Amino acid sequence: MKANIVEAIQDAMRIALARDKDVVVLGEDVGKNGGVFRATDGLQAEFGESRVFDTPLAESSIAGVGVGLAAYGLRPICEVQFGGFLYISLNQIASQAARLRLRTSGRLQAGMVIRAPYGGNVRTPDLHSDSLEALFAHTPGVKVAMPSTPYNAKGMLLAAIDDPDPVVFLEPMRIYRGLRAEIPDGHYTVPLGEARIAREGQDVTVVAYGAETQTALEAAELLASDGIFCEVVDLQTISPLDAQTILASVAKTGRAVVVHEAVRQAGMGAEIAALIQEQAFYSLAAPVQRVTGWNTPFPFVQAEHLYVPGAAHIAQAVRRALRD
Amino acid sequence: MQGNFLRPPQAEFPVIRLVAEDGTRVARAETEPDRATLLELFRWMVFGRVFDQRMINLQRQGRIGTIGTIRGQEASAAGLALAMRRSDWLVGSYRELLAYIAHGVPIEAVISLYRGGVPGPFPEDVAAMPIQIVIGTQMPHAAGIALGAKLRGADDVVVGCCGDGATSEGDFHEGLNFAGVHKVPAVFFVQNNGWAISVPRARQTASETIAQKAWAYGMPGALVDGNDAVAVYAVVKEAIERARAGEGPSLIEALTYRVGPHTTSDDPRRYRTDDEVELHEKDDPIARLRRFLETEGIYEEGLQELLEEEARSVMSQAIERAEAVPDVTPEDVFDLTWAAPTEAVRRDRERTLRELREVGEVGKE
Repeated sequence: MKANIVEAIQDAMRIALARDKDVVVLGEDVGKNGGVFRATDGLQAEFGESRVFDTPLAESSIAGVGVGLAAYGLRPICEVQFGGFLYISLNQIASQAARLRLRTSGRLQAGMVIRAPYGGNVRTPDLHSDSLEALFAHTPGVKVAMPSTPYNAKGMLLAAIDDPDPVVFLEPMRIYRGLRAEIPDGHYTVPLGEARIAREGQDVTVVAYGAETQTALEAAELLASDGIFCEVVDLQTISPLDAQTILASVAKTGRAVVVHEAVRQAGMGAEIAALIQEQAFYSLAAPVQRVTGWNTPFPFVQAEHLYVPGAAHIAQAVRRALRD
Repeated sequence: MQGNFLRPPQAEFPVIRLVAEDGTRVARAETEPDRATLLELFRWMVFGRVFDQRMINLQRQGRIGTIGTIRGQEASAAGLALAMRRSDWLVGSYRELLAYIAHGVPIEAVISLYRGGVPGPFPEDVAAMPIQIVIGTQMPHAAGIALGAKLRGADDVVVGCCGDGATSEGDFHEGLNFAGVHKVPAVFFVQNNGWAISVPRARQTASETIAQKAWAYGMPGALVDGNDAVAVYAVVKEAIERARAGEGPSLIEALTYRVGPHTTSDDPRRYRTDDEVELHEKDDPIARLRRFLETEGIYEEGLQELLEEEARSVMSQAIERAEAVPDVTPEDVFDLTWAAPTEAVRRDRERTLRELREVGEVGKE
């Protein structure tokens, strides 16, 4: 079938609801309305109000009720409407979902998925465009998946639904509908915890994830016409982090650029740069470059196109990495 | 424009009391405990008193860490636990330790927790969430578990417990609000012991009662004398039966008093008078139930002393078992954090263990 990312995500949920009666979908406006991005469109009509249902407008309890459902043995898929609203769910995810297994000596676990669109450059109101993945990557016990294509969005969501650990599933809002591709019908999984090589190259490793993977691929295309060949590593899952794929690529290229649209300080870029420094220092021919959002809150709409790294920003960082 | 606003009349929430402080019966309820259950209530309350003192002693000896005290709240904890089936879910906090034990959680699991180790899994037939330390976060869990039971068509009921302080938390509101909207089989039980560490109940909410908050969530509420074990049992039982029958959640406020400090690290003399404590100590829930058992002709001479001795012996054995449990290892922590570790988790675990070995912190002979 041909699908964009939202359709791929919807297809994954439809398949999961059909194959396992313990799967339930809950969140704000996910019922009749089908979600504000239509990710759950038609699911309530197809599976009924006991499988797909609206919650009160309260993001702590969307996650907290999910913990309870999971403890009882169900497989909740919780939708949080926008990534910025995850601040309100953070307590239930970090202090509860992530630790239920440890606290109960393995008797109970919060096998649940918390889905949320993330990222900017789509002209949303305040707090609708944040990229909060570093908060969750700093929370052991929670996996953080950030798909970049219709194929891995569907496969990783199906893997997340089957996973016994809680998974924060951050969907690239900016490319929800912009990217259409052929994906397999029916059930398949893309394993959590494995990065992929989105484009092969030998000059510079560009590490990206989520929507910025597509931007990194654009940059790689631009640079190729100048004879610079980037290897684009798409992390897919940012926690636990597939260090081996990053290190293998850096061993080959000797140069690395890390890209994300989240805040720079203490972001994934810092983690990945530290990892490369610790484990691939002697492969490096140049300092690791970071291309990120700013050390400010996400700006208002008029400045967001400057905040979210574009292909030109990434290309410039690649050239910087090649200067030394 | 005055006179357009309504206030709920306080008189709508009389305090439910079946046994007065002096042990005389003042009312009856359909769901009150039978003779055997009355004796069980008494046995567990006596155990709770011994447990509390032994745990404080263990802390003073440095054998366990900081622990919250439960003295004076035995009737609330035992009453709610005995009104539940074992298959009903207990979702509570550190102030419900006696309820957890009476519900079937092994005493040594609780001691292990306060020794700073892994509690060990609760037995398969005990339905309970972990003993919550984070305030109020368990209330949405209770709503979620109850929703799970409803969706599966099971007849399990969930009892979600917290204290008066936790009612100020957003999660208290979110949990009860969700439960009301989805009409789930849950009972929310608030032990109002008057104090959240040093902050009195009046500084938590301007609401006349906590029980009346039930109205705003579209559920019935009850205010019960939390030192009257017979009344607590009856009220919880009634709410559980209603939940099991598909009639939705309820909120119960149990009025009790924290006679001891908040925890072994707390000095209550900084914020309340000894006179206040003495006044409340006079209303001892164990003494009240004992007088009631005596007037009902159920109490046999020497029973309390016998039960105290039994409790001391049970505690000694439990302490011995708990202290025989090996300390938690770094391996345990990694292995209990992830149900499905990835390759990166395995490598990270090995690196951590290797570094600990290098500094001689693990693998010592």
